[in-house]
Amino acid sequence: MYSNNYTLFFVFIVTVVLGTMLSFTKDSVKDLQDQNLKADVQKTILRSLNFDESLLLTNESIEQTFKSSIDAKCVNVEGEIVECNIEEVDIEKNEDTLPIYIRMDNDEVQGIALPIAGKGLWSTIFGYIALNPDTDSVLGIQFYKHGETPGLGGEVEKKWFTDNFVNHPIKQPGGEIQYVPKKIRDKSGKIISIKVVKGGVDYSESNTSSIHQVDGISGATVTADGVTDFLLEDLLRYEKTLDKIRDYGTI
Amino acid sequence: MELFNSESKKIVSDPINVNNPISLQVLGICSALAVTIRLDQAIIMTLAVVFVLCSSNVILSLIRNYIPTRVRIVIMLSVIASLVSVVDELLKAYLYDMSKQLSVFVGLIITNCIIMGRAEAFALKHGPSKAFLDGLGNSMGYGLIIIVVSFLESFLGQELLRFRMVEQVMFYGEFLNRGMQQDMKILVC
Repeated sequence: MYSNNYTLFFVFIVTVVLGTMLSFTKDSVKDLQDQNLKADVQKTILRSLNFDESLLLTNESIEQTFKSSIDAKCVNVEGEIVECNIEEVDIEKNEDTLPIYIRMDNDEVQGIALPIAGKGLWSTIFGYIALNPDTDSVLGIQFYKHGETPGLGGEVEKKWFTDNFVNHPIKQPGGEIQYVPKKIRDKSGKIISIKVVKGGVDYSESNTSSIHQVDGISGATVTADGVTDFLLEDLLRYEKTLDKIRDYGTI
Repeated sequence: MELFNSESKKIVSDPINVNNPISLQVLGICSALAVTIRLDQAIIMTLAVVFVLCSSNVILSLIRNYIPTRVRIVIMLSVIASLVSVVDELLKAYLYDMSKQLSVFVGLIITNCIIMGRAEAFALKHGPSKAFLDGLGNSMGYGLIIIVVSFLESFLGQELLRFRMVEQVMFYGEFLNRGMQQDMKILVC
């Protein structure tokens, strides 16, 4: 039988040794991890803007593509450009400074990526939604960070779910099915966002708002409702900016 | 040399073959179920478990005579948890995409019953070299099963049987549900 003092001493020593080992490891790989994280965010933005996958293979090519074809700036709720350090803007909290990433090609807007973030079931989900220059139809949506259950809420980052946002089937008179992107504005031009529907979208003629709806995920209703909520909330914050881009082609 | 006699061989080969931790002792099956979807995930997971189990067994075996019996579980857990955190950090730094795919399952190695089980049943009673061999054997036994299963799953399931096996089975289920026995008979034929 060991004495209490010995036990306490032993536990203390073990804790110190293990703690040192952990902080040493973390410290020595922190730079690499930060680089990976940064590249991952940039990759998400580029993916949502529909860049070719072959440009996104290594951290270096991601950074270069990002630098050469993305115009990153901040706007406020009124749609005016403001000064900011875009990497340090807290998407979740900062209400006045809104980052916006514009894909430019020959001085023309090709797509606009906006950060989206909000609560799912267990965690905050982070991602980007990209819109076409008409600021109505979706170009792509990507999620890069979340703590949802793998296989259930975690499916939000999967291709089948994100593809829902760009594949709205429309039956042509000939019987062929044509796929168009989902839309975030209603007929009058008001932003109504896209709803994640439990059980799947009803594509019958009677459901006139199916273009504003995507299929939900089985077993992840709370996550899906979360996505619906923060998507609308975040898009509304950009309403004036998006109106400007739609009307004038620039901010 | 102690490392290469027949007893040592038995310590390594037993858990791979006749006393496999997954298929016979039914330990560590939670992660085994989770990471057998893809072969590359299973291989990385195996390497992680080999590293954690071998080092935790050796470390615990080295300090086994000093651990106060009352707090041995806590000590075991902190050693294992620290090792797993090291693996997790290294994956995040060097294999970022893989660590994203494996997500929580790397962290869950901490609660993998094989590791606590081997520490309690073997490492605390034997010397470091034997404990190392035991760790190697058990983690390889674990790895063998998940690699074989994930190979079958990813190779047979996705590559070889691409002729719409899954879809057919699903149609089948649907017909059964709706009681359309006529259709089912056609499908069977």
